Order: sequence, then C-alpha cells, then structure tokens
Amino acid sequence: MSDPVWILGIHMTKFGKHPDLDTVDLAAEAALGALADGGVTMAQMGVLAAGNLMGAAAGIGQQLQKQIGQTGIPVYNVTNACATGATALRTAIMAVKAGEADYGLAVGVEKLSGAGLLSGGARRPDSDTWQPSGRYGSVAPVDGRIGTEIMPGVFAQIGMEYGHKYGGTSFELFARISEKNHAHSVLNPLAAYTKKMSLEQIMGDVMIAYPNTRPMCSANCDGAAAAVVVSDAVLKTLSLEQQRRAVKVSASVLTSDPYTEGCQVLPDVNTLTRNAAATAYEQAGIGPEDLDLVELHDCFATAELVHYDNLGLCEPGGAVDLFNSGATWRDGAMPVNVSGGLESKGHPIAATGIANIWEVCHHLRGEAGDRQIEGAKVGLAHVIGLGSACGVHILEKSAA
Amino acid sequence: MTNQIPLVDYLVLGDEPHLVANECTACGARFFDRRNACASCSGTEFAKAAIDTTGVVKAFTIVSFAAPGVPVPFVAGFVDCGGTSVRGNIVNVEPDDQHVTLGMPVRLTTSVMGTDEAGTEAVTFGFEPIDPTEGEAAA
Ligand SMILES: [Zn+2]
Repeated sequence: MSDPVWILGIHMTKFGKHPDLDTVDLAAEAALGALADGGVTMAQMGVLAAGNLMGAAAGIGQQLQKQIGQTGIPVYNVTNACATGATALRTAIMAVKAGEADYGLAVGVEKLSGAGLLSGGARRPDSDTWQPSGRYGSVAPVDGRIGTEIMPGVFAQIGMEYGHKYGGTSFELFARISEKNHAHSVLNPLAAYTKKMSLEQIMGDVMIAYPNTRPMCSANCDGAAAAVVVSDAVLKTLSLEQQRRAVKVSASVLTSDPYTEGCQVLPDVNTLTRNAAATAYEQAGIGPEDLDLVELHDCFATAELVHYDNLGLCEPGGAVDLFNSGATWRDGAMPVNVSGGLESKGHPIAATGIANIWEVCHHLRGEAGDRQIEGAKVGLAHVIGLGSACGVHILEKSAA
Repeated sequence: MTNQIPLVDYLVLGDEPHLVANECTACGARFFDRRNACASCSGTEFAKAAIDTTGVVKAFTIVSFAAPGVPVPFVAGFVDCGGTSVRGNIVNVEPDDQHVTLGMPVRLTTSVMGTDEAGTEAVTFGFEPIDPTEGEAAA
C-alpha cells in the first residue's frame, strides 16, 4: 500500500449566474480559494490539472496561470465529459502519488448559464438528395427518428430500464427523488437553486422527457471548483491545523465503460460505476455501510436511482426500497446529495467532479454549517460522464 | 416503381423488412455500425446477422422537448429483440404512459419519411405494439 494523498485545500464558487465573470475569473477564484484554504501558494504547486469542457481547445490551465502564477509547472488540460473535474483531480493525485510533485492543483470550471436545456442545437435539415454517410450509412439525421439523443431522454431510459428489470419505479417515485434533492438545497447557500419544491410542483412542471420534468434535470449554471492535494510525507511537515483539516483520499478511481450487450444503443452507465465502486471500496478498505454521506451524479432524477444500486448502497435490485425507506434523505441512514445535487446545486460540467468532493470535505471537516451531517467521518463522491467515464473518490476525516 | 433507400444501412427493405447487424465471428457481439475491430473481444471478422423483428420494450421515454427540427412528442424506445438491444421509436401508439408500458411486446414496422429531388423515398423504421388479441393472419 503506498502512502495516501491528502486534500489540503479546496474551494467552490457560488454556482449560478456570473454574468460579470468569465471562465478564467471563475477558475481563478476557485484556485486562489483552494490555495488559501490549504495555506499554500501557487509557487509551491508542482503540477496543475485543469478542465473546461466547453472551451477545451483554449487550454484553461495555461489561461489560469496567466492570472494567478506562471510558474512553468506541467499543465494537463483534461476533458472527460461530465467526469472532467474528477479526471483533473485524479490527474493531480496520480502525479503526487507517483512522486513527481509534492503538491498538485486541480481545477474545473464551466460557464453554462443560458445554455438552454439541450446543448446539441437544431437538427440539421434533410438534404435534397439522400446520400448515405457515416458509420451507419444514414441518409438524414436520426435524432428523433431512431430514438433520442438528448440527455434527459437517454437518462430517462436508463431509469426506466432499471424499472423494467426490478419493478417498483413510477413517474412519482422519480419525482420524489427530485423532491428530496430540492429540499436539501435549501440549506446550501452555494447552490444555484435553493427552493424547496413540492411533489405536485415537480410533477406538474414542464415535461422534458418522461419521466423527467424540468426540475428533475440538472441545472445549467456557471461555477468552478478547485482542490490542492499534497503527499503524505509533506503533510507531516505542515502545521497541526493544516493536518487537522486535511482530508484523506482513501480511494481515487477512474473507469471507462467496458463492452456490454446493448451499450451501443443505450449507454451502460451501470457497469463502469459498479467497477469503480468495487475498486474504490477495496482501495479504501471499507464498505458502503461505512459511508456517512454520498454525493452521486444525479444529472437526472432517473440517474440517482440506478446509482444507489451501482454504488452498493443497497442490495442489487433494492434501490427503490432504499429510497422508499427514507435512508437517502439528509436525516436518513445513508444521506445522498445533501448539497442539493445537480438538480438544484447545478451542474457546471467540469466543476462538478471537484465540487462534489468539496461538499464531502466540508462535512468531514465539520464545517458544513446548517447542513452538517453530524459526526461524518467517511464520504464518497461519484460522477459519470457519458461516453463514458466514471470517477469515484472516497474521502476520510483526518485523525490528526 | 418508386426507388427507396433506408434511413440507415442496417435497415434492410424488401418484402420482409428487418434490421441487420455486423456480428463478430469470434464472440457474437453485434454492432449496427461499422467497427474496425470488435469492442468486446477485438476480433476483426464480422458476418451479417438478421435481427428478430419482434421484441419487448425494456425502456422508453416520451420526448416532449427536443432540438429544433425534431417533431414532438415522440416515444423513444430501447427494445430487446431476441437478445439484441435495438434503439428505435415506438410508433402507432398514443405517446403516453397509459399506452406505452415497460415489457410491452412490439414488432418492427417501416414508413416513408420523405422523398428527395430524384424522387427516391427514404424509409425509416420503428416498433409498434403487438395487439395481443390480434391473430397471426393480420400481422
Ligand atoms: Zn468479438
């Protein structure tokens, strides 16, 4: 077993609308916040990993350095769909674990306010002459003609598939998951939306892709998050206060989707999450029963349900029963998405995979204020990016 | 006779329209698109395999809000056709959760989606409910 890596400092910006801040401003706010939180400076960082999905070609890492410190360290600009933030963090952790750096900085940032619910844009019109093209030899756009390509629809089917396999799902059940997360968000001042919503409001809102109505979809918004990681050896030389607030990375795992039947027509978000969870529990030497809180990737209400099962929070097939037991509410036995989740906290894509770590760290440090999960010692953060990539991190409170 | 062309090359038209996959000769994995090698076993030999024209709906969504240019509502489905998963719209049914249900038996159907300047019809496919009261003769 190699020495653990620690999160020394971490920060997330307010999620929401930031019309006066550009992507680099937000990244800088998060990065400077994480450095200050850890009591370190940019000059100490040995590696920078940064993600900004929408502006991937611009090189957000170097853009950020121009604003906070061009120290010449290696920069890894990463993208991995909605798992981009987790990938940046994992990159920094790997560099520290490999002994190439004492300190690493990971940043994720996105500006999505006003992006609209569907990012794909209009379907191109049919051409005047049918001409097969592409790997399917299609003569015209297929979205809407052969199923759907929109995310709310894809994830709707993922939840429905679970219902077909195990039963017990309904429009109302999925809406109640959303009701929970919106209720949780009321306690999170950094969430994009902090409004409690009734079941009737959620079910009566605009239907996007049955069974997902608008409040059951992740909220597009602006935001950034950043984390400073440090090696075990270096942490031991730091102040007692830094050691006490440091959060142990007990597991850091990234997986991609292995081949399964059907994955070519409906992405399989289950197998890679199950694989990541199994590896993470093994790395951390704990089981799901040891978790005090979980932040999982509720990009849609239908997704949250399947990840209860994928992360082993219940027996296989037991996700509906787990939710119905009330366990995943903040006062339950297995609080899930006490931040409000992506449905209300918001989902600035590349920031999400670090912001969920921030939420867990906040509780483990006992600094979560009104929404503190009392006595939290161990937490898990999960993200999934379609395509697919899954990041799972298990975090533990410092014994110092 | 009007010329017809399928929307995608894995839809085979004719008297008995059906879907066809590229099946890996080593492991049996099926792909509707062209693969350089098998995603399951990395094998490089493929043979054509006809897909069952009946199946059951194992997931669906009713899309009410789509990209501009995509008519809504429509039902997008994930259909198990004899062990091969197929993506397609569920058609010839009211697009609501009273009429479309998980586990519903369906069969492949085709329809003309448009005609180009040369007069060629493009044909798409979908899955329609199989009425359990309906006899084979009507099918
Ligand atoms: Zn194969």
